[in-house]
Amino acid sequence: MKLQDMYQEIILDHYRNPHGRGLREPFDAEVHHVNPTCGDEVTLRVKVDGDTLTDVSYEGMGCSISQASVSAMYDLVVGKSVTDALATGDDFMKLMQAKGDQSVADELEDTLEDAVAFAGVSKYPARIKCALMSWMALKDASARAWGGPAA
Amino acid sequence: MTVTASRATERAPLPLDVEAVRADFPILGRTVRDGKRLVYLDSGATSQKPRQVLDAERWFYENVNAAPHRGAHALAEEATEAYEAARATIASFIGGQPDEVVFTRNTTEAINLVAYSFSNAATAKEPDFRRYAVGQGDEIVVTEMEHHANLVPWQQLCERTGATLRWLGLTDDGRLDLSDLDTVVNERTKFVTVTQQSNILGTMPPLEPIIARAHEVGALVMVDGAQSVPHQPVDVAALDADFLVFSGHKMLGPTGVGVLWGRSEVLAAMPPFLTGGSMIEVVRMEGSTFAPPPQRFEAGVPMTAQVIGLAAACDYLTGLGMQHVLAHEEALTEYALAQLQAIPGVTVIGPVDTVARGGAISFTVEGIHPHDVGQVLDDQGIAVRVGHHCAWPVVRRYGVPATTRATFYVHTGYDDVDALVEGVRHAQRFFGVDAPEEA
Repeated sequence: MKLQDMYQEIILDHYRNPHGRGLREPFDAEVHHVNPTCGDEVTLRVKVDGDTLTDVSYEGMGCSISQASVSAMYDLVVGKSVTDALATGDDFMKLMQAKGDQSVADELEDTLEDAVAFAGVSKYPARIKCALMSWMALKDASARAWGGPAA
Repeated sequence: MTVTASRATERAPLPLDVEAVRADFPILGRTVRDGKRLVYLDSGATSQKPRQVLDAERWFYENVNAAPHRGAHALAEEATEAYEAARATIASFIGGQPDEVVFTRNTTEAINLVAYSFSNAATAKEPDFRRYAVGQGDEIVVTEMEHHANLVPWQQLCERTGATLRWLGLTDDGRLDLSDLDTVVNERTKFVTVTQQSNILGTMPPLEPIIARAHEVGALVMVDGAQSVPHQPVDVAALDADFLVFSGHKMLGPTGVGVLWGRSEVLAAMPPFLTGGSMIEVVRMEGSTFAPPPQRFEAGVPMTAQVIGLAAACDYLTGLGMQHVLAHEEALTEYALAQLQAIPGVTVIGPVDTVARGGAISFTVEGIHPHDVGQVLDDQGIAVRVGHHCAWPVVRRYGVPATTRATFYVHTGYDDVDALVEGVRHAQRFFGVDAPEEA
């Protein structure tokens, strides 16, 4: 069943019980991203210590995919170096571009952990941007925290 | 069984023969998502096309194709004739005159045409074109239920000219709030624009008092007919507005053609928006003069085949009878409103009765985001729209992030509404938010 492919139990768990939700102090940068076609929003803060992402806090509203994605991202990136976090974001992007190709998901399973459950989303072009919104916000916030917008 | 539930099972006979109409729409013969029947409830975004419209376009390309209003060869003559005959058909569909019908790309472009013409008027070389100039101290009035297409161009016009944007608000039950009409529309008002049918709420605002008040203070009035012209009889003479705008693709016609209808004397006093070929009178290196309307507003080779397709769509709708189209959708709307509201957790955003209401039904399902509702419906072959429906201020006004919207048309039957209702219940079961059946 395609629908269950997208709405994996892991995704629904993150949606119902989001990890790390809420805006916290202190933070080095805050961004607000919206998905203009549907109105989904996320406000995301990052705290960077040296080159380590010590906290990512967020508030947002949106569909199960966008909200579960930010929760899974929180688990993946907090405590990582900014460079590694952004590299993970690149892997997530690869997963979203896989059009449901299982081999891509298998290859990325170790780095993406729970987030590999979003593989099914890549079969639905209209929903990919829901899953990507928080990762885009993270990229933006990290660049600002490191001083100025990304090149 | 509750009273609501028993009423919900009543089905008035439908004015249109749904099976006969469906046979005209090739796309309704296809399946989606692993062989499921296509339940198309997104006509409000764009309508499907009957074979008659597709045939008309094909006929043009296979037999006549040439650029109209240019050249003197046989095809150019026939293309011009076909293009102008289509204009007459489309004008007659709304009770207007052919020279009052300007073809644009869509409703959005028709609205922008007027907005840019108003700001161009301020700098027009010809004094005749300055009549509708807008500037500091002038006010433009919109409503809070407008589609972005009938809001953003006016915000932009105000930013370009220094005019002030004002608006009529909404009531809690999804209607337009006219309590401050006489203060919002006042002596400073130059222009008022209002939808005839909200694309998100389904509301049909009372146009008569708005148009009367606007004319009382000497303002021009535009009616956004994008969601009304496809679904109800519209007669520009009875309407008494100065402009009516609508899109071909929402009324069984092709994409790429829309209409700006304007009163002759108003169009005559408006400077052009887009300039170039075929909208001119005389061109010299030092400057140019412009053709009378409608040509003044149709720069470049027009979307001829689409115009011919739109005329075929008008003929098709006229054949069904717009009164019947309206009554058909009213019956479906009454049934759908009752059925949807009988589901615990479903809230209709917009009027909950069929009084002055069209067939756009927006709703929320408690505990499930509209995108997720839409996704589960899609999995069952049901196409609805989710999101803010290009009416972001409306969803904000009603405190919801987005809605799921079903819209009906001539091929919609009770089976489609039943599929929607069952689909919503399925979504509730899928996400585990279904309530036990009420006793």
